[in-house]
Amino acid sequence: MITLHVNGRTHAVDVPPETPLLWVLREELNATGTKFGCGVSLCGACTVHLQGRPIRSCVTPISLVGDGRITTIEGVSLPTVNAESADETDTRRRSVASAVQQAWTARSVAQCGYCQSGMVMAAIALLTENASPSDAEIDQAFAGHICRCGSYQRLRAAVHDAAKALAV
Amino acid sequence: MNAPHVDVGHSRVKRRTFLLAGLGASGALLLGWSVLPPGQRLYRASRESPLGGGVLLNGWVAIGADDRVTVIVPKAEMGQGVHTALAMMLAEELDCAWEQVRIEQSPIDAIYANLTVGRDALPFHPDERGVISRSVSWYSDKLLRNVGLMITGGSTSVRDLWNPVRDAGGLARATLVDAAATEWGVSRAQCRVENGVIRAGDRSMRFGEVVASGRPLAPATTWNLKEPSAYRLIGTPRARLDAAAKSDGSAAFGLDVRPAGLVYAAVTMSPTIGGRVGGFDAAAAKALRGVREVVELTGRNGGAPGVAVIAERWTVATKAIGALNVQWHAGPESTLSSQQVHDTLRTRAVEPGGRTFRRVGNVDESLASAAAVIEATYDVPYLAHTTMEPPNCTILARADGAEVWVGTQVPTQARGAVAEVLGVPAESVNVHVQLLGGGFGRRLEVDFIGQAAEIARAMPGVPVQVIWTREDDVQHDFYRPACVSVLRGGLDAAGRVVALHAVNASQPIVPAYGARNGVALARFDVHKSSVEGLFDQPYAFPAMRVSHHAVSLPVPIGYWRAVGHSHNAFFLESFVDELAFAAQQDPVAFRRALLSDHARARRVLELAAERSGWSTTPSTAADGARVARGVALHRSFGSICAQVAEVSLSSAREIRVHRVTCAVDCGVAINPDGIAQQMESGVVYGLTAALYSEITIDRGQVQQRNFDGYRALRIGECPVVDTFIVPSNDAPGGIGEVGLPPIAPAVANAVFALTGERLRSLPLRLSKATS
Repeated sequence: MITLHVNGRTHAVDVPPETPLLWVLREELNATGTKFGCGVSLCGACTVHLQGRPIRSCVTPISLVGDGRITTIEGVSLPTVNAESADETDTRRRSVASAVQQAWTARSVAQCGYCQSGMVMAAIALLTENASPSDAEIDQAFAGHICRCGSYQRLRAAVHDAAKALAV
Repeated sequence: MNAPHVDVGHSRVKRRTFLLAGLGASGALLLGWSVLPPGQRLYRASRESPLGGGVLLNGWVAIGADDRVTVIVPKAEMGQGVHTALAMMLAEELDCAWEQVRIEQSPIDAIYANLTVGRDALPFHPDERGVISRSVSWYSDKLLRNVGLMITGGSTSVRDLWNPVRDAGGLARATLVDAAATEWGVSRAQCRVENGVIRAGDRSMRFGEVVASGRPLAPATTWNLKEPSAYRLIGTPRARLDAAAKSDGSAAFGLDVRPAGLVYAAVTMSPTIGGRVGGFDAAAAKALRGVREVVELTGRNGGAPGVAVIAERWTVATKAIGALNVQWHAGPESTLSSQQVHDTLRTRAVEPGGRTFRRVGNVDESLASAAAVIEATYDVPYLAHTTMEPPNCTILARADGAEVWVGTQVPTQARGAVAEVLGVPAESVNVHVQLLGGGFGRRLEVDFIGQAAEIARAMPGVPVQVIWTREDDVQHDFYRPACVSVLRGGLDAAGRVVALHAVNASQPIVPAYGARNGVALARFDVHKSSVEGLFDQPYAFPAMRVSHHAVSLPVPIGYWRAVGHSHNAFFLESFVDELAFAAQQDPVAFRRALLSDHARARRVLELAAERSGWSTTPSTAADGARVARGVALHRSFGSICAQVAEVSLSSAREIRVHRVTCAVDCGVAINPDGIAQQMESGVVYGLTAALYSEITIDRGQVQQRNFDGYRALRIGECPVVDTFIVPSNDAPGGIGEVGLPPIAPAVANAVFALTGERLRSLPLRLSKATS
């Protein structure tokens, strides 16, 4: 059994230690918001947070996660999930997440939407570290992400919108 | 009993109505339909609601006691925003509040069959509507009604449903109003409806109250559709209905279904085109903990043969695939290379003959007497779709049927593919269409669905989710056909075009698609996809001939976003630029002269030119590099789009696109924001292909495997796209593919303006020489 801390809860999973975190989330925990896109860290669809930093869960074996706190798209979206262990960082991340998701909806960023969980997690990580990113900083933060529908232009605008909303 | 009569075109229905047994879910008595005329698109044969609650007023809308309006959508949502657009169309005529609306995916039914996709494939020039084209179109509609294929593709959704969905809204509104009017003892004319509330005098009733009251609901037989001036939803920018679910991870794609007891399968397929399985070690795979079954795959619906492993976890299944140690027979195509393909296409393109799709005047004479003749050969490579969601399908097979959860553009064919494998009647297979993580034509195919049926058959009673890796996807696609085009143009002494001659050589898609999917209609040799975008453009060439050589090659080919337009716009719009240069004319002015008979196209071109500042000098890039503009105009899927691209070169001579000004006339604009989104999408998808994409073949094997070898445009390479929509009350045109065709030639033309180098191959690659 391996213990994982996901979205404020502790889970014991019986899987080989080399199993990528992505598949543990999707198949053991039924947290399907995190997506499989390429399997080799080229597209960013599987992005989750480890200790608040974005990582590619498709190439992260759970043996490397250790005691690290994992946050997935479900963890920033569902109000109840984090309640039992919310700290200051969680609270900050949740207000950033809310601003990002509102901006994403208002701008109709998503098209097919498949890559967007990864995009939203990247945006939350960016805005948690950098309250007012420039276009170049946004481009850098999303350089590892692919969207075949072409949501890039709206995504960039939505990050600026969220930054403005958070600054108020 | 009188036969009922439905004439959708005139929004009138004459039908006997009678009481049906039972109450609707929320208590309304349903007075309904029983005998339905063939060809009507309002009522399903079954009045059973596919929904959890609410009263189904017709095949397209249900109203709940809680005032929820559920629009039933038969089209696949793959990013193009069709669910939102269809809901807007219905809500417009229903007169409910936009906030009341939700959508639900329809089951399979004949009323949802796509008729437009057949009409659109016919090789008629869009500006010529003669007796033959009208009668063949009518016959195509009739055939497709009988065949009953639900298809989301060819940018047809809004065009196909523009009348039925608005009629369904108008019919539902009239039905609700009639019930209220009867209750109040007033006439329908004395009632008005606003935001889902019916009023007459000082009385009012919400839609939800009407259906909850248990009052008899007799479907109306007449209703009126609004004049465009009365629209309050259509033409207003609306956020997508699926926007929130797609930003909080709750949107459910095919890969996300989790029926109880789910197991997972991974596959391996012949790495060589036309190869087959020689042998494999099933015991070694089964020895791994968690492996349940090993299944040999025959290659269904055009797919490749291979082997699957079913396991409790997908990661175990993929590991077990390695343990199989599959031996492959490479087969007869083991020496095939991209060079051979290219040579074959080039040879065929200059042969005489071929099938001529359009002939105007005498091209040979006009070219012989022209003051100048320009000739050029263009080519494009095979392309993969690489939807972000890899192919996947979940099937629960039983002895007497199956449940199928899948993102598909063709649920009817998906059902047929599964039924055939399982040996059960199609009606016993339920297809639950999920959101599609991208389609682009890849999910018009059912190879991965027939394959999943073969796999699930090995474990009856257990749901199996088959997931392809990205490598499976890139290597086992149905590729956009490679194509070579030879163009000749003649100019007179004044620099006017006197003739255009174009010959394409490529594999035709329709017969291949028809054969692997059992679509008998595809045998009719009327498909235009290989030359669409060449023979059907709004330019007035005094003499013109467009022909196609159908080439037989073993590479699997299929529909890729914008299909023939995806390459023919590059050929024609680059070549028109070559003619303009030879005539020493401005590219916009040169095109405008060719559009003297076509005010609609001229307006689109002029809008793009004006908004891009065509007549001004572009400012330099941030790094000081010179910027040049290129223009392209293209008609496809019933709409016209013009783009002006602003391009510069990096110090390493990489092509950079900074801004694209996009003008589009797509008839009535349902959701202007959705249209802008699709223009952005078409530009990004098309620009990826223009700058990076190429599937190559060596020793019969596709050489690309993932996003490293098959690159996708990323955010830092994405231009700003500014979209301008021509106001129009014409019937709607397509939108999901329309923004793609012009971008490659607009960029290539800008590169020429910048460097003087004419790039005639995609992806665009500049010579290494310094400029």
